Amino acid sequence: MFDFSIVTSWIDSMLRGVMPAWAALTIEYVLIGVVILLVYALIALSLIYMERKVCGAFQCRLGPNRVGPMGIFQAVADMIKMLIKELIYIRNSDKFLFKLAPFIMITASVMAFGCLPFGRGLHVLDFNIGIFLLLSVSAVSIVGVLLAGWASNNKFSMIGAMRSGAQMISYELSLGISMLTMVMLAGTMSFSGIVEAQADGWFLFKGHIPALIAFIVYLIAGNAETNRGPFDLPEAESELTAGFHTEYSGLQFGFFYLAEYLNLFIVAGVAATVFLGGWMPLHIPGWEGFNAVMDYIPSVVWFFGKTYLMIFVLMWFKWTFPRLRVDQILTLEWKYLLPIGLFNLMLMAIIVIFGLHF
Amino acid sequence: MSIIQEKINAIAPDAVYVEAQYPTFTIPQDKMRQVARTLHDDADLSFDYLVCLTGVDEGPEKGLGVVYHLSSSTHNHWVVLKTFTTDRENPMLYTVSDIWKAAELNEREVYDYLGIRFIGHGDNRRLFLRQDFKGHPLRKDYDPSSNPLSLQCEDGQDTTVALVEDPVTGEVKEEQRVIFSPDEYVVNIGPQHPATHGVLHLRTSLDGEIIKKIDPICGYVHRGIEKLAESKTYPQQLSFTDRLDYLSAHMNRHALCNCIEKALGLEVSDRVKYIRTIMDELQRIDSHLLWVSSFYMDFGALTVFFYAFRDRELLLDILEGTTGGRLIQNYNTIGGVQADLASDFIPKVKEYIKYLPKAMEEYHAVFTGNVVAEARMKGIGLITREQAINFSLSGPSGRASGWANDVRKNDPYGAYDKVEFKQALRTGGDVYDRYMIRFDEILESIHIIEQLIDNIPEGDIQVKTKPIIRLPEGDYYSHVETARGDFGVYIESRGDKMPYRLKYRSTCLPPVSILDTVCRGHKIADLIAIGASLDYIVPEIDR
Repeated sequence: MFDFSIVTSWIDSMLRGVMPAWAALTIEYVLIGVVILLVYALIALSLIYMERKVCGAFQCRLGPNRVGPMGIFQAVADMIKMLIKELIYIRNSDKFLFKLAPFIMITASVMAFGCLPFGRGLHVLDFNIGIFLLLSVSAVSIVGVLLAGWASNNKFSMIGAMRSGAQMISYELSLGISMLTMVMLAGTMSFSGIVEAQADGWFLFKGHIPALIAFIVYLIAGNAETNRGPFDLPEAESELTAGFHTEYSGLQFGFFYLAEYLNLFIVAGVAATVFLGGWMPLHIPGWEGFNAVMDYIPSVVWFFGKTYLMIFVLMWFKWTFPRLRVDQILTLEWKYLLPIGLFNLMLMAIIVIFGLHF
Repeated sequence: MSIIQEKINAIAPDAVYVEAQYPTFTIPQDKMRQVARTLHDDADLSFDYLVCLTGVDEGPEKGLGVVYHLSSSTHNHWVVLKTFTTDRENPMLYTVSDIWKAAELNEREVYDYLGIRFIGHGDNRRLFLRQDFKGHPLRKDYDPSSNPLSLQCEDGQDTTVALVEDPVTGEVKEEQRVIFSPDEYVVNIGPQHPATHGVLHLRTSLDGEIIKKIDPICGYVHRGIEKLAESKTYPQQLSFTDRLDYLSAHMNRHALCNCIEKALGLEVSDRVKYIRTIMDELQRIDSHLLWVSSFYMDFGALTVFFYAFRDRELLLDILEGTTGGRLIQNYNTIGGVQADLASDFIPKVKEYIKYLPKAMEEYHAVFTGNVVAEARMKGIGLITREQAINFSLSGPSGRASGWANDVRKNDPYGAYDKVEFKQALRTGGDVYDRYMIRFDEILESIHIIEQLIDNIPEGDIQVKTKPIIRLPEGDYYSHVETARGDFGVYIESRGDKMPYRLKYRSTCLPPVSILDTVCRGHKIADLIAIGASLDYIVPEIDR
């Protein structure tokens, strides 16, 4: 299987050959930044297109089909429209915080995006507490939502922000605990370590019952973290018009929009990495021929394939369930998911100690 | 002498009795409250349903007054009360809003149109027109030039005026009442809001997520249809009815045509009756399908929204084939219908009523059985039977609380006396029952259509009428069951080619007036759910 670290180390040694180390590092940082942002934007466009097609299929519609073949340039056209729209500032709003909020949102989401391992050797940052870093940087986005709601000087935005504050902080717990369960099974917090540990079978199969429970808890909590239906209370359009981003227009709204879709990608990507082996191909112990065939498929394809599969599942949720009420959403977390998650953590501990996993 | 007459005479011996369409009494204003109280409380009479409350201007001699159409939910009998005041400078009548809660907004409407203030009514604000409007438009001496177009923005009012009578001296005093105190967190839900189904404005006082009080502000689509009606001939009136509750366009017009035909003594052919009935039922299905899809949208379940729209589209095609209209039908005329049925109407309808029940199973599969949906609907927004009657909450919403108020059963019109059907009834009175009862009604409508569609008799589709229609002098009231409830038309004619006073009994005003009572203590999301389940159409509130 092709290892991308060959490419990256080749670029690194080439740059270091012609210039001092600090200059080479600077160029590499800039390159990585540009590539990450580019991929970020492209994935967001693909997700917007995918969402529209998927929800169209669920709703007996065609979805976009006019701009380009199968409407694939529709998302691009929408992006251009959004870029050239006027930015409107609300009188009596806190302008500084108002402008800051979308940046916090997008920064948190780009940083979390940077943590993902996209393929063998293809990751920006890989160190021993990778999952911990990802959880903490993605948690920053809540600040953006709260600031947006507060700075808009709009009651709907304020209610939306309060709701999302309660919701995102609550679901962070379940998210963290389900991650912790899997970290226990892997024995490491680094993403590369977790993926390598799944070479002889994905964790979803290796960890059987507790892994499955953790997977379901993770999907629900992850969906709630991204503020998507049925947990889209902070922006429930039939109640709060657009919730915390009611007053945003143009590119600033675009940032929220982008961050929402990329958070979806990140949640799905982490689910794919931690439960479904990330870029690791499907290996079945003992079936050497089968494993060799699977290894021919590039690691990037495995990662994106699994991630988009998870995204499809999350979209399926969104377009099937009606929205919950705010008290129901908190009841679900504090009375059901969190106790189940804690119990599951203990179960996993027992299983790991006695070696009952595959 | 009937029992009603006896009881009224015992209280007000000088009440004037007229035998008309309904027994009509003109009662001196100082006895009005006592009569109303007796009519409401007396077990033999129990006039607990205030059908229609109309303000009238009878000229300088008789003065300004109010006409009350009362009915009973148990005895199904009717009475009409009238009361007048000759004071045109500062007209005051006694309120009945503490007896029938339904009168609350209706009396504000009367104040708005005619300037009559009600003693004991806690809230004397205008209902539809701007608070800075000068004069009262339905008075016969109103001068339209006194109100140039104002482009000023109007802020919500936090205080109102109540008229209180001193029990000892009988002196009437004005009293300031506070609607929202300055430290309350008031959110404007509407007039531009995705879930108010039009431009309804609900000023909502919140405590966190919990609703403390709702003050509905109406009038954003007020077109003055009742004022316009006074300067239009009867055939010209027809176009207005379709634009009230546009989802019940057929039924509204049916009510007006019935009323005019009744006044003229015109008997339409059986074919017309059958066609009108079938069209009414198709329109009811159409309305319920649109309602149910918007209901889903308010719950954030967009997928089922499209399912219901898909099925409604097929029905609109059928209606379009005969009437030429999809939303506004323009089909009923005085003495008949505009055009005969399209040649493919009958087979298409038959095919459709076979298809629809199966399609509706899909909605239930996706939404109704869903655990989230059930948790959000069951036990939310309870309305008891007594509340429903007291607020005149007719139609499916009232029937979900167990009040059998179907006009098609209680006072048959069209071909409803020729078909066998059940009136859908449920007793829960919560959002879930109000949701499910619409499906019961759709199935019942299909059942009605099944019985009629093969038996449409031959005959004329239009009775010859005079070129200029003049209604004989008198009061006429006619009502039908629209998709939203008991829709009535009250015409007061003075033998002219235009009505002296024409009032449409709104089916959507009661749901709005009950919102505050139902929603208190619920959450914002429940307000949306309750509002969706009560099913109001804003142009019909504002008229």
